[in-house]
Amino acid sequence: MKKVKTYFKDNLGIIAAFLVLCIFLSVNPETRSSFFTTKNLFNVLRQISTNLYLACGMTMVIILGGIDLSVGSIIALSGCIAAGCVSRYNMPIAVAILIGLLVGLAVGMFNGLVISKTTIPPFIVTLATMNIAKGFAYVYTGGSPVRVVTKEWQFIGAGYIGPFPTPVVILILVLIITAILMNKTKLGRHMYAVGGNQQAAEFSGINVAKVKFCIHAFSGLMAGLAGIVLASRMYSGQPTAGDGAEMDAIAAVVVGGTSMAGGSGKIGGTIIGGLIIGVLNNGLNLLNVNSFWQYVVKGVVILLAVFLDYIRNKKTK
Amino acid sequence: MSGNVLLQMKNIHKQFPGVYALKDINFELRAGEVHALLGENGAGKSTLIKVLGGIYEADQGEILIEGQKVEIHDVLSAQRNGIAIIHQELVLVPHMTVAENIFLGREKKKGTFVNQDKMVEEAQRLLDTYQMNIEADMLIKDLTIAQQQMVEIVKAISFQSKILVMDEPTSSISDKEVAFLFETMRTLTKKGVGIIYISHKMSELEEICDRVTVMRDGTYVGTETVKETNKDKLIAMMVGRELENYYIRDYQKATEVLLKCENISDGNMARGASFELRKGEIIGFAGLVGAGRSEVMKCLFGLTKKYTGKIYLEGREVKITSPVQAMKAGIALVPEDRKLEGIYKVQSVKFNSTIEVLNRFIHGIFVDEVEEGKITQKYIDMMDTKTPNMDQLIGNLSGGNQQKVMIGRWLATDPKVLILDEPTRGVDVKAKSEIYAIMNELVKGGMSIIMISSELPEIINMSDRVYVMAGGKVQGCLSHEEVSQERIMHMAAI
Repeated sequence: MKKVKTYFKDNLGIIAAFLVLCIFLSVNPETRSSFFTTKNLFNVLRQISTNLYLACGMTMVIILGGIDLSVGSIIALSGCIAAGCVSRYNMPIAVAILIGLLVGLAVGMFNGLVISKTTIPPFIVTLATMNIAKGFAYVYTGGSPVRVVTKEWQFIGAGYIGPFPTPVVILILVLIITAILMNKTKLGRHMYAVGGNQQAAEFSGINVAKVKFCIHAFSGLMAGLAGIVLASRMYSGQPTAGDGAEMDAIAAVVVGGTSMAGGSGKIGGTIIGGLIIGVLNNGLNLLNVNSFWQYVVKGVVILLAVFLDYIRNKKTK
Repeated sequence: MSGNVLLQMKNIHKQFPGVYALKDINFELRAGEVHALLGENGAGKSTLIKVLGGIYEADQGEILIEGQKVEIHDVLSAQRNGIAIIHQELVLVPHMTVAENIFLGREKKKGTFVNQDKMVEEAQRLLDTYQMNIEADMLIKDLTIAQQQMVEIVKAISFQSKILVMDEPTSSISDKEVAFLFETMRTLTKKGVGIIYISHKMSELEEICDRVTVMRDGTYVGTETVKETNKDKLIAMMVGRELENYYIRDYQKATEVLLKCENISDGNMARGASFELRKGEIIGFAGLVGAGRSEVMKCLFGLTKKYTGKIYLEGREVKITSPVQAMKAGIALVPEDRKLEGIYKVQSVKFNSTIEVLNRFIHGIFVDEVEEGKITQKYIDMMDTKTPNMDQLIGNLSGGNQQKVMIGRWLATDPKVLILDEPTRGVDVKAKSEIYAIMNELVKGGMSIIMISSELPEIINMSDRVYVMAGGKVQGCLSHEEVSQERIMHMAAI
């Protein structure tokens, strides 16, 4: 009970922003009939799923004091390779999914290895792997989408489990796993410690390199998952998929109240952050806002949401 | 050598939401005097200085400079009124030259461009006036802390400042550098500059200060002439009562050897240090900054990957290559720099208390929160840490209470050997005394403590034996009966 209360208190600004957004879309005559329907809401959830997979990894990376720019490109690479496994080599879908996940994990592990063994900033390392992964996606596909005609392939991205869209079910699992990792394990505590004060963490006997490695690997794995789900939804692996996805993930994390300075942040905030961005995208489409203007509105809302919490924090200090 | 009244702060009040930070403070500084500002952490010294420096604005009260009422709203107006503050944490730009730093924000120009040559020339002239052995075109990051302080002083002088505030300038420089700093301060006061000097070190007062003003809990307690007062009286003024037993220590018969170190070297600062520690004793490590004391302890705690030499624990040789191994062997180290190496500022007291002992309450993915709370509470009680609750962010506690949380964190590992590196640095008088009492209790309970400290009175009064280090080696060992400041300094200076 106390935890629920502090959750609302900590995230008051963004929860308010989110509710205002939802209420507006529910009462506005233009969107009243279309927004608050099961179909649309599931649609929104399906759309934000991939962003939130990334945001789960990104939250942890940012708490660590770093950043992972490579996730967007991992989406393209893992999606293309997984799609290729099915359509080009006729592998079973389960194997293809596994390979896609491993591709993401491998890139993440590579990031983690370089970041933990050197002092090269994560920004630079992941900027490099972002280009490398994107490049490999183009090389593998020759620049055109890898189409998948196998019907079962669509299950993971466009299918349903009971009444729920598959990506949403996966999302719930991913959120539970991330919440456990962050709050219930030693790795989670060590992550907050390393992000908060790396030197102190070394004095505490924390294996800093291992923590960095594990968390970057997790972020890569999440991106691999997002790549497969997206490729499934689009019936094809596309080398252009996930372009700019890292920025949406970072936006969800930051709107969710995680400090870019590292050391603090909660997955609960990131969820709201992801929801705000998702509902906003959906609302703007329902309102038929020109897609060029959508960027402007999105930017302003991100700034406003963060600004609200900034003012609140300033007051309490 | 005190002249006219330079600065008067009259009836200063300052309130923060929920706290009365300054209540009716009066302060006076004469030209050519060094006036110490004394008080525990949280007494309001920094707030008063920030009011003077224009960082905060007072709610009530007035500031007079040479009898004229002045308005100080911001840093710039403070500078214009001849006030310069040298903060404890130096605020120079590391990748710029000395000259650029001195003239930062008011660069000498030739047309639209910065006139580098003229700046270097003028800066050098200033540096030479005070016989500071610093080149004006050196980068700040290549200077020692003491040299950087000198640059700050020169910068202040270049503003034609008449009022100089120094916030704990000696906390991180060696004794030799302190001597030079004091020399420079005397040169300045001869020219009529008034210096406000904040320090926790009582011993420095006699040496450099003319008068001392004591503050407590945001109120003005009194002003004394240094020559006519004494340490006990000042401590009583600060604490509000006489501290009868400031150093608490019951000496007991030392028993068997617990830890023996032979020829510990790290290939750099530690160059073959040997010593031994018996069960239930406190050994002190004295020496100048750079003597290699912390470095030896880092070897002992597994923070230095490659060390040479032998470590025997309870008679058996142990090889320690990581802090985890050190903790398993029963060694704990409370690091020297609390802010840099100790606390996780944005985390709670609870997080900070239990980070070493997660194994005791995190099993796989199950967190035993009751146990976590119990462990935290145990050490809050044991250390008598003042915190509203255990979810409070540690960054919001005072230095003394942060240090108590740190010591508690390491005690939670149940060490046999507790290494305390500068355990009372930046800690107020009352908390210091409490920490001494806890150390005394711990060794009575059979623990052994190694204490590194740069405060000689602390070393002398708390240690069973004192090892003196210089040049990375142990120069000698003095028993509790033999030890004196003179003997330590004699061994430490080689």
